[in-house]
Amino acid sequence: MTSELFTLTITEARERLVKRELSAVELTRACLDRAAAIESRLNAFITLCPREAIEQAEVADRLIARGNCSSLTGIPLAIKDIFATRGVRTTCASKILEGFVPPYDATVIERLRAAGAIFLGKTNMDEFAMGSSTENSSFGPTRNPYDLRRVAGGSSGGSAAAVAADECIAALGTDTGGSIREPASFCGVVGLKPTYSRVSRYGVIAYASSLDQVGPFAKTVRDAAILLGEIAGVDPRDATCSARPVPDYEAALTGKVEGIRIGVPREFFVEGMQEDVGLAVRSAIKQFESQGCQVREISLPHTQYAVAAYYLIATAEASANLARYDGIRYGLRAEADNTLDLYNRTRDRGFGPEVKRRIMLGTFALSAGYYDAYYRKAQKVRTLIRQDFFRAFNDCDIILTPVAPTTAFELGEKIADPLQMYLSDIFTISVNLAGLPGLSVPCGYDRKGMPIGLQLIGPPFGEEIILRAGDAYERSGCVQRQPPPL
Amino acid sequence: MDEKKISLAQVRHVAMLARLELSPAEEESLQSDLSAILRYVDKLNQLNTDEVEATAQVGEPGTLMREDQVTNRPAADEMLANAPARSGNYFKVPKIIE
Repeated sequence: MTSELFTLTITEARERLVKRELSAVELTRACLDRAAAIESRLNAFITLCPREAIEQAEVADRLIARGNCSSLTGIPLAIKDIFATRGVRTTCASKILEGFVPPYDATVIERLRAAGAIFLGKTNMDEFAMGSSTENSSFGPTRNPYDLRRVAGGSSGGSAAAVAADECIAALGTDTGGSIREPASFCGVVGLKPTYSRVSRYGVIAYASSLDQVGPFAKTVRDAAILLGEIAGVDPRDATCSARPVPDYEAALTGKVEGIRIGVPREFFVEGMQEDVGLAVRSAIKQFESQGCQVREISLPHTQYAVAAYYLIATAEASANLARYDGIRYGLRAEADNTLDLYNRTRDRGFGPEVKRRIMLGTFALSAGYYDAYYRKAQKVRTLIRQDFFRAFNDCDIILTPVAPTTAFELGEKIADPLQMYLSDIFTISVNLAGLPGLSVPCGYDRKGMPIGLQLIGPPFGEEIILRAGDAYERSGCVQRQPPPL
Repeated sequence: MDEKKISLAQVRHVAMLARLELSPAEEESLQSDLSAILRYVDKLNQLNTDEVEATAQVGEPGTLMREDQVTNRPAADEMLANAPARSGNYFKVPKIIE
């Protein structure tokens, strides 16, 4: 019995913890033992914190004994290594942050701590969240729990794999162009990118500030809704964070989707899409219809320009954000006898190839003589992409698409060709450009047994309706979850 | 197709702006990678955007104001704990002025 504790959802674990059928220490130990047994194959974590986690679990058990429970008391979580965690090294999977131990917690970490969550450790990712496969990590790639020869997706691949393989109950990630939704899809778990500005980014290492957003990975849509409720909301330390009140996301999961108008963009069913992905998504559409949704074809005509616009905007912002890594105040420092050489050498040694590529592309796009032709042009196309969505939402309540054109690809398959790698985000990137919420829900498996994901896109601050639709779909039972063969 | 969108001299100039000391091999591979990416993003020029406003951000701007007050306490030791080199309560760097 104990050996299966790690498969519990937040909802199930919470009930058993409150009834004291299960202790937080038992649950935490079950996750840590599971991780100890499979981490050498998976590499989902950069840093595990077993001692701290057990200490936190002991505190949780004392609170539970006193009847003093918060919403996540005793729930073990995994955290992408992009969040500042007080006293626990934070690497962003980069050599340039070597030895860096944050003196403070990110706002979302502070909130989860206050809600009673237990932190098992920091998960693997593409360096500075730049990638779609977690192969760009200076700690080695994370492997897909469903096939160890395949990638877990990225950039939050470690969080996705850790949830799929039951090394934790749920996890936190970030999504700039698909970095939560694509790995969730590849690993067969639920992933949510909230509306831009819904969740505070204070203490989240910045990649592209007009696109970055924090969100949960979970085993069920309900668990994702619970986590979002804990992390969302205004933060005086992040001026880009919305002051809108946070609704009760769990209360939105009524199971009723009758009358919801679902738009299916014709531009998302393109050549080059894996046959099984198309079949699974079409059968999900039928399922929604049978539950009373109205499905209609819509058009998002500028979809084909999203990847190009994204790679100019995101890299331009990254080139500015990553200017702070200069070897002076924290992290790696290459020795030199003058400061200019110190900067240049530190950055050459500290950054991996993809990060350098993006800094170079972004610096070029912002440089004198090229700003209007590249960066400004991309910002204008961003407007067109955003207008496509707003026009579409006149005719539908949510938009349904595949998360990615294929299931998880093989390690090494795309790493040598940056453009091919960028194109794996083709269905998720426009959602970031428009600032919308997007939910990735498992919708089946391909003929090799690799998970397939369905993307539900909502209007700004439409988390409730996409969560309600995702939950109703999940509860219909049309997809039977197959645990990974580990 | 073989024509490069960006010259080696441009790669070196951009690397200088970006404060990156690249090896000759890195310069060459970046020249081909960036050329391929720039060729791809050229597809944006298929769109006429003369009348289109640029989008710089998609949040809800200006909703949040607060007093400009110091809320943290001095914690020099904590902040300097991550310093690659330290001298007293200062970050130590190579000599700048001779």
